[in-house]
Amino acid sequence: MGKHLTINGKKVEFTDERNLLEVIRKENIELPTFCYHSELNIHGACRLCMVEVAGKGIMSACSTPPEPDMDIKTNTEHLIEMRKITIELLLASHDRECTMCAKSESCKLQSLARRLGIEEVRFKNISRKEPKDISTYALVRDNGKCVLCGDCIRFCDEIQSIGALGFVGRGSQSKICPAFERDLESSECVYCGQCSRVCPTGAILPKPEFREVWKALSDEKKKVIIAIAPAVRAALGEVFGITEENGTELAGKIVTALRSMGFVKVFDISFTADMTIVEEANEFLGRLEKDDDMPMFTSCCPAWVRFVEQYSPDFIKNLSTCRSPQGMYGSIARRIMPEVLGIPKEELVVVSVMPCTAKKYEARRTELAKDGVIDIDYVITTQELALMIEEAGLRFADLEASAFDMPLGFKTGGGIIFGTSGGVTEAVLRNVMNTNGDEAEEFNFVRGENGVREAKLKVGSKELKLAIVHGLKNARKVLRDIRADKKRYDFVEVMACPGGCVGGAGQPVYSDLAVRKRRSKVLYENDKIMELHKPQDNPYVQKMYKDYLEKSGSKKAHEYLHTSYKYRKRFKETLEISKSSLDKIVNVEVCVGRNCLKKGSKEILKRVADGNKFKDAVNVQALICLERCSKGPTVKINGETFEHCTPDSVEDTVKKN
Amino acid sequence: MTSNYDKFESACRILEEHSFDKSKLIPILQSVQEEYRYLPEEVMSFISSSLDMSPAIVYGVATFYAHFALKPKGKNIIKICDGTACHVKKSTVIIDAIKKKLGLKENENTTKDMLFTIETVACLGACGLAPVVVINDNVYGQMTTEKIAALIDEMTGAR
Ligand code: SF4
Ligand code: SF4
Ligand code: FES
Repeated sequence: MGKHLTINGKKVEFTDERNLLEVIRKENIELPTFCYHSELNIHGACRLCMVEVAGKGIMSACSTPPEPDMDIKTNTEHLIEMRKITIELLLASHDRECTMCAKSESCKLQSLARRLGIEEVRFKNISRKEPKDISTYALVRDNGKCVLCGDCIRFCDEIQSIGALGFVGRGSQSKICPAFERDLESSECVYCGQCSRVCPTGAILPKPEFREVWKALSDEKKKVIIAIAPAVRAALGEVFGITEENGTELAGKIVTALRSMGFVKVFDISFTADMTIVEEANEFLGRLEKDDDMPMFTSCCPAWVRFVEQYSPDFIKNLSTCRSPQGMYGSIARRIMPEVLGIPKEELVVVSVMPCTAKKYEARRTELAKDGVIDIDYVITTQELALMIEEAGLRFADLEASAFDMPLGFKTGGGIIFGTSGGVTEAVLRNVMNTNGDEAEEFNFVRGENGVREAKLKVGSKELKLAIVHGLKNARKVLRDIRADKKRYDFVEVMACPGGCVGGAGQPVYSDLAVRKRRSKVLYENDKIMELHKPQDNPYVQKMYKDYLEKSGSKKAHEYLHTSYKYRKRFKETLEISKSSLDKIVNVEVCVGRNCLKKGSKEILKRVADGNKFKDAVNVQALICLERCSKGPTVKINGETFEHCTPDSVEDTVKKN
Repeated sequence: MTSNYDKFESACRILEEHSFDKSKLIPILQSVQEEYRYLPEEVMSFISSSLDMSPAIVYGVATFYAHFALKPKGKNIIKICDGTACHVKKSTVIIDAIKKKLGLKENENTTKDMLFTIETVACLGACGLAPVVVINDNVYGQMTTEKIAALIDEMTGAR
């Protein structure tokens, strides 16, 4: 016997729904919400989901569990008026320059105002205009558009375990900010952009660059080339109402659109994804043989890379040194293509289309620049590409498909599935195993939705252990398990965004999981209809190696296709413990991060802070975490780092200095 | 050579006393503030690292409660009651007068020379004396703009 309750007079069955909202939505009633996200904890702050429960009064549906025989009304006059007031109050403190907001049309506040028939706002507008935070390459934050739902904070904290954003202040003064009201660039943000995806309004948006691209396109002295990432073809159609699931067809339309905008060459990042696999698989086999720096982590997600650099420098050596497909496209486009295409270097402008905000940051990493010149000039998102197509007035759905330009337009299915979680691993397996089975489906056991998936595979006499991870909180847990020897893997794929790149923050905004799943399916279907599936079979990849890079793992390949990483300090502040007034001094910096503190860094501080011991000739500072936690206590003396320190060892070293 | 080691040690002691427990953030911040007289950013960062929470959350809590001071306070603290009774008796006029006297701008609460910090508080429970001002724990009732100016002069030794 199922349990029942009544919604607007209709008897409805329910089972394990967590709250009334889920039951009501199952009945196809789209109760308005801001602060409810199926992926996140329940917050209950926006007060939009109010319903009337007979005998109990008005309750928020998102935080009330369903009970048998409840009698619920969702649309009484009173409720409607309440919702209107809530929206009007939000609008009263909103910067209502909606027509000029990039979120316009996909903004929830706008659509609710329309749905609820709001014609005037009965309250005085008290919106505060604050300067926007444009400090990062990835995002723009505009607090004037914030409705304080807290979705961004919770996503960043609960799913990504970063916690870069928080509420600041209280009451009418409250707002969303990184710690100490600094800008986002000074926070721990890794640029995944997922906060912008869940933000119902235009308060956090991917940072646009497409205007610069238009400018380059209209400059007669420039030749602009572009490449699209695998995941783009799986999502762009959504904007133009195309639901047919054919990635090749859609990519073909994109090529036509880009050509008509004036791009001289249209390439496919799937080509360099194939190269990434060839190069990365080679690196992996080398490491496996030598049992060196295992497990190997994938390095194609820049938010994940940044995460490791910032939180787990002890694992930097485990990151594959291969550039991401975008990174490889950049170096090949900038350094090899001028010769291949006969375009003078100074005329070349290199653009990429990505499903991702972190890619905007990646392109500017100094590690990817050569002689201070970055490879990729502009990175635009799928969203921006859609805008450009609209601006150009193209009827996208009606465009004929055309073919990518060669040589960076040819790909195998392996390069295409790169865009979804598990795709990199599957493509690497196709390369490493190099079998002739049913190539497109052979290793599909790595597919799926779980945030951490494990797989085992026999290779010769060895058994390979793989992990496929998405979401950074999951990644943090996997790192912890590896560190604690609870888990042993050989190969770990990590994508910061849930679902992998198909769920990236540069994609058209989605909130329904089904949308993301459909995108993954598009890529897998696309793989099936490709002629080749194994990246190493790509003849153009082979030719690229032969003509320019010798072979995978060669010195040349390293120069073009690999990169390096470095530790990024998370806490910039230091605590001044003692300061010497003398000229000739020794600088002692003692780590007081969580772990070093437990291992006794306080005693070290105490010893060195005792000025008399060293005739006052020391400056002592406490640093908040050098992130070498497993080797603590860590102390820096005149810039040199010492691990496993004791008060005695530090005293000795300081005296020597 | 000056040393802040003692303060740092107290902060560590406070954290230990609360067993590095995230859920004790508020009492930890309170005790640490007593040590440092306010909550310097580096100390909040240290607390967030020690408790393994993000600094944004620590900062959020610190800004939520008016009790926490995020900037160093001056030597003398002037509290002006702006509760209902005092408000009716024109406490805002007194606030303006003090600000003018101390040369404080709209959003400033502490004088540049770090001698004075002014705070508005909600009801000190001395409504019979409204408007009430408390200077370094001494209560002064029925305050007027002249009286407060004289008190400040007295404290700065000016005349
Ligand atoms: S981009 Fe990612 S890491 Fe940065 S604030 Fe947003 S959710 Fe957090
Ligand atoms: S920035 Fe967006 S997601 Fe974050 S609280 Fe404001 S409206 Fe909500
Ligand atoms: S969705 Fe229930 S209060 Fe926001």
